[in-house]
Amino acid sequence: MKKLISLGGAIAIAIMTATIGHAETVNVAVATNFTAPMRAIAEVFEQATGHRLKLAFGSSGKLFAQIQNGAPFQVFLSADGVKPEKLERAALTVPGSRFTYALGTLVLWSATPGFVDDKGEILTQGDFKHLALANPKLAPYGASAIETMAALGVKNQLNPKLVLGENVSQTYQFVATGNAELGFVALSQVIKDGRIAEGSAWIVPAELHSPIRQDAVLLASGKDNAAAQALVDYLKSGKAAAVIRNYGYGLPH
Amino acid sequence: MLSQANLTAILLTLKLAVIVTLLLLLVGTPIAWWLANTRSRLKEPIEALVALPIVLPPSVLGFYLLVAMGPNGPIGKLTQSLGLGTLPFTFSGLVVASVCYSLPFVVQPIQNAFAAIEGQLLESAATLRAGPWDRFFTVAVPLAFPGFLTGGILGFAHTVGEFGVVLMIGGNIPRETRVASVQIYDYVEALEYADAHWLAGTMLGFSFIVLLTLYLFNRGKKSPL
Repeated sequence: MKKLISLGGAIAIAIMTATIGHAETVNVAVATNFTAPMRAIAEVFEQATGHRLKLAFGSSGKLFAQIQNGAPFQVFLSADGVKPEKLERAALTVPGSRFTYALGTLVLWSATPGFVDDKGEILTQGDFKHLALANPKLAPYGASAIETMAALGVKNQLNPKLVLGENVSQTYQFVATGNAELGFVALSQVIKDGRIAEGSAWIVPAELHSPIRQDAVLLASGKDNAAAQALVDYLKSGKAAAVIRNYGYGLPH
Repeated sequence: MLSQANLTAILLTLKLAVIVTLLLLLVGTPIAWWLANTRSRLKEPIEALVALPIVLPPSVLGFYLLVAMGPNGPIGKLTQSLGLGTLPFTFSGLVVASVCYSLPFVVQPIQNAFAAIEGQLLESAATLRAGPWDRFFTVAVPLAFPGFLTGGILGFAHTVGEFGVVLMIGGNIPRETRVASVQIYDYVEALEYADAHWLAGTMLGFSFIVLLTLYLFNRGKKSPL
C-alpha cells in the first residue's frame, strides 16, 4: 500500500512538472493608466514563457500603501518615479532593479470634434466653463498639465475653471460625459490604432513639461521568482516596446 | 492638529449633511407615509427604487449621476433649460446626489415607524373629527418620532461618510466639493499619512459618537433599525 501511494505521488509530480514545466506565477501591481497595454503584454508574455501573470490594477498611491503593508506583489508598475524610489529607500525592492518602462504623453482632449485646435490655442481663448485634469498632487499627468499651463502663461486665468479627477481615468470620464468641455488626459486613453479615436485633441509638446516617467521595480518578494525576473526583462525588450508605443507612450532612449 | 484645509473640508461636509438631512426629511416623509399605507401595485417597485442605493456600489450611482446630470443627460438638459447650467462640480450637484444616495436610510426607518402605528389610533382620532392633516401631525408624527430620529441621524451620518458618489461628480474643488472623505483619500494617495490620520481619526470618533447616541436613545425601545 505504501508503495502504491508513493508511486501515485511520483506519477502526480511527474504529470505536474510535465504540464507546468518551470512555470511560475507573478502577482503584478499595475497603475491603472497602463491597464490596456499591460493586458496586451501579459497575453504575449504568458504564451512565450508559460509563466502566469496575475494583474492587479489600481492607483499608484493605493498600490504603494498595499505593498508597504505586505501585499503579495512581486513587480510594481507605477504611474510615476516617486513611489518606486520610496519603496527602494525602504528596502522593499531588489536593489538596482528600478527602470523606466514608459513615458506618458499628455494630451488636451475634448469629446467634441473641432473643439480643441491642434496648437492648443483654445487655452488662451478660454471659451469654456470647465477644464478637467488629474489631481496634480496625486497624478503625474495632472502635475504636467499644471506645468504646461504655467509655461503657456495661462495658469492663473484658468485656475477658477479647473476640476480635478482623482486620476486620469476619472478625468477622462469628466470630459467623455461632456461635463467638462475639455481636459488634460493621457494620449493612451484617446488613441486607437495610432490615431485620436474621437473628439479633438492637441498633443502637448514634450518641452512644455517635465517628462512623465513611469517606473517599474522588482519587489523584494520577487527576488527568487524566475517569472518576475522574466517579466522585468520582457518589459525592456523590443517586443514590449512596440506594444507600449502603440498605446501612445514614449520610451526612454 | 487639524490643519486649515482639514477644517474647511469638515465644515463643508457638515454644511452638506445638514442641508441634505433637512431635504430628506421633507422629501422622505411623504414617500414613507405613502409606502406604509398604500395598497397600490406600485408599492414594491417604488420600494425597490428607493432601496437601490443600499445595494449599488457608489461608483455605479456616481457614474450614472455624472451621465444623467451632464449636458447630454436628462437632468442636465432640464437644469440647462431652467438656466441653472449643469450640476456636476457644484455644491448643488453634491446636494442632489447625496439626497439620492441617502434616501433609503431616511425613508426606511420612517416607513417602519409609520407602519407600526396601530390603525385604531388613527381611526379614533378620525371619529373625534380630526381631519387628515391633523391626524398626521398630531397622532402619526409624534408616534413615529423614533423613526424620524433614526432616519435623520442615519441620513446625516451617511452623507458625512459618502465617498464614491462625491468623487465621481465632485471635481475635488476646495470649499465647493472637496468634502472630508475625498480629502482623506487625497492624503492617503499622496502618502501624507499624518494628515490622513488626523482627519480620518476625527471622522472615526464622530461616527462612533453619532451611532452611540442613537443606540442609547433607542435603548429599551423597539428599534426601527
